[in-house]
Amino acid sequence: MARRDTWAAYGFLSPWIIGFLVFLAGPMVASLVLSFTDYDALTGTEFVGADNYRTLLGDPRVRTSLGNTLLYTALHVPVTMVVSLALALLLHRAGRRSAGFFRTVFYLPTVTPKVAVGVLFLLLFNGQSGLVNRTLGLVGLDGPDWTVDPSWIKPGLVLMGAWSLGSTVIIYLAALQDVPRDLHEAAQMDGASAWRRFRAVTVPAISGALFFTLIINTISSLQTFDEVYTAFYGSANQQTYGSDAALFYVVYLFQQAFQFLHIGYASALAWLLFLIIMVVTLVQVRLSRRFVHYGGG
Amino acid sequence: MARRWPIWTGLALAAVVFTYPFAWLVSASLKPRPDVFDNALIPREWAPENYVTIWSVAPVLTWLTNSVVVALAAAGTVTVSSAIVAFGFAYFRFPGRNALFALVVGTMMLPGAVTMIPAYLIWNELGLAATQVPLWAQNLFGSAFYIFLIRQFFLGVPRELFEAARVDGAGYWRLFWRIAVPLCRPALIVAFVFELRASWSDLLRPLIYLRDPALFTMPRGMKAILDQFGQAGEARWEVVLAGAVLTTVPMIIAFLLCQRYFIEGVATQGRKG
Repeated sequence: MARRDTWAAYGFLSPWIIGFLVFLAGPMVASLVLSFTDYDALTGTEFVGADNYRTLLGDPRVRTSLGNTLLYTALHVPVTMVVSLALALLLHRAGRRSAGFFRTVFYLPTVTPKVAVGVLFLLLFNGQSGLVNRTLGLVGLDGPDWTVDPSWIKPGLVLMGAWSLGSTVIIYLAALQDVPRDLHEAAQMDGASAWRRFRAVTVPAISGALFFTLIINTISSLQTFDEVYTAFYGSANQQTYGSDAALFYVVYLFQQAFQFLHIGYASALAWLLFLIIMVVTLVQVRLSRRFVHYGGG
Repeated sequence: MARRWPIWTGLALAAVVFTYPFAWLVSASLKPRPDVFDNALIPREWAPENYVTIWSVAPVLTWLTNSVVVALAAAGTVTVSSAIVAFGFAYFRFPGRNALFALVVGTMMLPGAVTMIPAYLIWNELGLAATQVPLWAQNLFGSAFYIFLIRQFFLGVPRELFEAARVDGAGYWRLFWRIAVPLCRPALIVAFVFELRASWSDLLRPLIYLRDPALFTMPRGMKAILDQFGQAGEARWEVVLAGAVLTTVPMIIAFLLCQRYFIEGVATQGRKG
């Protein structure tokens, strides 16, 4: 292609190239440099070597927030995937026209801003008067104090998180509708049971979608912020929860950076998060190589 | 159809679980203060005045307007810029194209929390940190996911159409604007509504950037309402609930109006995986 075309091509790409340099590559480098400093906009920035990283390793709140976030992710992602798959299978069996209606219903909570989800969590999961415990009471169960009891905050958030699994359902449904019908018919002819057909035909055929949602849900779950911050942090109730049971990693990162203005330390925290997400994603990619089938159905 | 009933029962039960919190939210926002927690779906006594009260305790109209402006700016800029970049990748063959595109896709994996501090420092240097500009201006440079999505659509346009226009003397901008964009309108709408939703719902960035309550977006304002009237301070949950409804309803309406695009967008997202 002529040289003029190449220039035109780069012209079209220039917004992204500029954005990449100014708001991505540049900031990444800047943030790495900052993580080795004691940043202070007023008195000047001081280079402190690996001090921030040493502090971080000994910081009990890093351990707490990381533990909370990892536990939440370990519960939230599988719950979301299993429930979504069950719902997608139901939708698939229900036939296209009726699936449309329910698909809309399941997707609705996903468009609810997380601030509202946080408010709903506080009220629906309230230990005394919340709807969840009243419902449990109907079947004779004594529900826990979801929003206060440190050991029940995360399970409660997992349940609330499962409410907005609509996108995962839609992704699975689209994948199920792409599974060639004759694969199922062949398996049925061979006398395979429903469960066996599910394991041997359906799951491999939609493994690409399963893998995709595993990665996406894990990455976003590790960065949980809005609903937790809404429900448990803020100007008024900063000190209400001394137990730190709802201290998620990005909440702590946000506090360090924008409330305590420890920019250098927060940058180190950001890099640790980056590292964790990279490692988790790479492990998932590695493991999934054995399970994911591409192409040919 | 005898074997269909378990499917319908399952779907109906799930539908109740998924819609009940909404119904409860709307109903509780219409109850007088002592009844908020009574869990009745139809209020025993109606209190639509909660929506008048919230008006007098918080500048909700300003916040809603701010949200509309910011979300439209964010969605508009990201759609146009991503389409321009996507066209660059879809139409041209040039040295380094594949490597560059791999880089675009690679950045999709980069967690936003990692760049939020340096981005803040940049806006701070520019003197724009306490304005609404940072909430949408980064979208001027396109966004990896939308570039990927729109490029897929552009690749589907028959090349002969472009060649014919070239022969007629059309420039590249004309190819983009007059052929590619009109033929790929659904993809552009998907990008627009996705970003509209993301921007409308965002709490983290408004928390970082906005100090002046007059500039708050609705979710940021909602958080302020919760701080003031929630469990700390004086408990006026009926105001909090009315605020939550006002934060949610515009998004629900947008979704119901363009749900085809929301759902198609999500479904495509999974197919590429």
